Amino acid sequence: MDKPFVLELTNIHKSFGPVKVLEDVSFNLRPGEVHALLGENGAGKSTLMKILSGFHGKDQGTIRLNGNAVEITAPRQAITLGIAEIYQELNLVPTLTVAENIFLGREPRHGALQALDWATMRRGAVEALARLGLNLDPGRRVDSLSVAEQQMVEIAKALSTNARILIMDEPTSALTQKEIDSLFHIIRQLRGEGVGIIYISHKLDEVFALADRITVLRDGRLVGTYDAADLDHAKVIRLMVGRELSEMYPKVTVEKGEVVLSARGLTRRPLLADVSFNLHAGEILGVTGLMGAGKTELASALFGSVPAESGQILLQGRPARLNRPADAIRAGISLVPEDRKTQGVILNMSVQSNITLPFLQHLRRLMLLDGAREREVARSSIERLRIKARDPWQDVDGLSGGNQQKVALAKWLTHPPKVLMFDEPTRGIDVGAKTEIYRLMGELAGQGIAILMFTSELPELLGMSDRILVLHRGRVAAEFSREEATQERILEAAMGGKADVTTGRPA
Amino acid sequence: MSQPAVRPEAPAEASTKKPALDWRSLLQRYGVFLGLLAMCVVLSFLSNVFLTPSNLLNVLRQVSVNAIIAAGMTFVILTGGIDLSVGSLLAFAGVLSAGLQSHGFLVAVFLPLLAVAVLGVLSGTVITRGQIAPFVVTLGMMTIARGLTLVYTGGMPISPVSPAFRVLGDGYLWVIPVPIIIMLAVYLLAGLVLRGTAFGRHVYAIGGNEQVARLSGINTNRVKTAVYAISGLAAALAGLILTARLNSGDPTAGMGAELDAIAAVVIGGTSLNGGEGGVGGTLVGALIIGVLNNGLNLLNVPSFYQQIVKGLIIVGAVLFDRRKRR
Repeated sequence: MDKPFVLELTNIHKSFGPVKVLEDVSFNLRPGEVHALLGENGAGKSTLMKILSGFHGKDQGTIRLNGNAVEITAPRQAITLGIAEIYQELNLVPTLTVAENIFLGREPRHGALQALDWATMRRGAVEALARLGLNLDPGRRVDSLSVAEQQMVEIAKALSTNARILIMDEPTSALTQKEIDSLFHIIRQLRGEGVGIIYISHKLDEVFALADRITVLRDGRLVGTYDAADLDHAKVIRLMVGRELSEMYPKVTVEKGEVVLSARGLTRRPLLADVSFNLHAGEILGVTGLMGAGKTELASALFGSVPAESGQILLQGRPARLNRPADAIRAGISLVPEDRKTQGVILNMSVQSNITLPFLQHLRRLMLLDGAREREVARSSIERLRIKARDPWQDVDGLSGGNQQKVALAKWLTHPPKVLMFDEPTRGIDVGAKTEIYRLMGELAGQGIAILMFTSELPELLGMSDRILVLHRGRVAAEFSREEATQERILEAAMGGKADVTTGRPA
Repeated sequence: MSQPAVRPEAPAEASTKKPALDWRSLLQRYGVFLGLLAMCVVLSFLSNVFLTPSNLLNVLRQVSVNAIIAAGMTFVILTGGIDLSVGSLLAFAGVLSAGLQSHGFLVAVFLPLLAVAVLGVLSGTVITRGQIAPFVVTLGMMTIARGLTLVYTGGMPISPVSPAFRVLGDGYLWVIPVPIIIMLAVYLLAGLVLRGTAFGRHVYAIGGNEQVARLSGINTNRVKTAVYAISGLAAALAGLILTARLNSGDPTAGMGAELDAIAAVVIGGTSLNGGEGGVGGTLVGALIIGVLNNGLNLLNVPSFYQQIVKGLIIVGAVLFDRRKRR
């Protein structure tokens, strides 16, 4: 593995105003290797990659490609130099076709009128997709594709620029396990073809499955570059957070209480079919399934945002009609939704206003809001959840992902619910914040709140749940106790393998 | 059940940002207001009439109609909507009040307000239940209300109005014209509702992110419907003042008034995407338009040129706003 470096970043410095985001960071990449770049949110990973892809200029330092120093001043230039980036958020135009997206901004033209050369575009798109083993119609509109297919198109787009360096930033955050497997297959294939891959992810399992080397950043500085074989989960986490995490999943054992919520035959075709279960006070019930198995649909039905067509929801034994979120909230059911930026928090509102939003009516004196009480409520929430904000009036926009997620949780805790649902509770947040969310989850269960955790991340499912429901095509395919559950059994059930526990049995 | 923390507290992020109030942030925060002041200072040098009390009261009275409409419009725009029907609603309320003079002052005031509020609720209901863009629905309402106005009047102005009613436009409270008093009352009330009530907060939340607002238990349809009713009410109130002042209900009144109102809101710094801004800025925006018109008149600038200047100010103000947000 002593090929010359295809890329060398040396002594990179970068500041935004007075804030130093990168200090003396060096990073290199060999052809045909997967080099993972790790660090908590705010460690400087994205900034480093944006310097490489031409979105930001560097203050100091050198970039060498194949030994030659280069200055990358614009994204276009990075593409010409063979650097392609696949973003965390998909970057395709949904209303255009696959082929149009692949050639966006560099469309082949012909003739005196410089008209679009559709035939070449089509052929190029088919080739690029075939290289990934995909058989997609290049004439399909991107918004008719699944998220995974869109991701593949994005990769095809990057490859069709003849990229020799591929940056992948959290590429699996929207993918199911099966889709992740096929993505990994493609990554390994590209590695075989000599493409250098920079892989950014919070999911350490993936990192260890793929990476040859691992570089860790912390607070804008280089912690070190290591051979993946020399590290393990615990070591990486220690390097990332700079302290011992005595336990990733601080699971607290709580005495199970009364049944708080019962679902009876909840159905909404095609993604929810006859789902029944009981949920106890103080219990953390994990619900998982592949993408499209009905997790989000179940959460939406229980929260009233997309009510079930048939079936019954019982709250403490009494039937509850939940036709809109307001009904659920009044009944004591809350949801920390899947996508915090579009569903969880209002980005251009202050931390305080976000926290108090659901229960403003309790902060009224006569007709008006009681400002002093509102400040007090916000202050104590910020303290309790350890939300790192400059002050309560800071816009949520400026917080890190983990702190935004805490705000999305805090808004429900000013009037503690009976049932608290989390949909993908730690998606895209760093390790430190994850553990804090888990700690809070345990603490809330300890107070007798019944918790429903919808997640596609197996480690957190196994680490936090007292009991696990596996959904497959909208049905409860299996149920496991904490002791029975293993990664293999859950995956088997999720993929429609034989259900080894009775189907749809209310526990 | 909460145990002592299993791990040491994360080191607090060194917050290098000081809450310093330098001139830049002052300019950013009060830029529009400072712009208005600067205009006034310049005009007071260029014209010896501008700063006289009678001229200033005159400006305020001229501004009041647009300012009142714009106050209602601010609610709509804060939710991310738009109301193009305000000019027609103003005219409808105006002719209705003129036509109802024989039924007494109270009927002539409150029936038009009620009728127009109902039309606002209608727009809001179609927008929310039908999930149609506010632009389209209020464009339709603009035409419908103008049609109703013409049907009611047969296309001819209705006059005169009772002396009691005329007080709304021509009266004085001590030395202050009544329209100015009404305008200030409207702004006080609007500011209080937006900043001090749960409803106001919900308006901002919907403009900030409607989905989050709904998932937070806010009845977004009801709030959105309410803002169109509020916008209609404000337009109707402006229509009453105008009718009282002109001593006549004119079916062609308020043509294009929606654009002046939107201009005032936008100059005042409220984002057309919703969620950011407020009535304070709108009042300043309306005053800027009024002072500009007045000043250019005093300086004998032909009215054709005035339009050009007004347009430049609208775009310039938003450009300034955009830059400061970056």
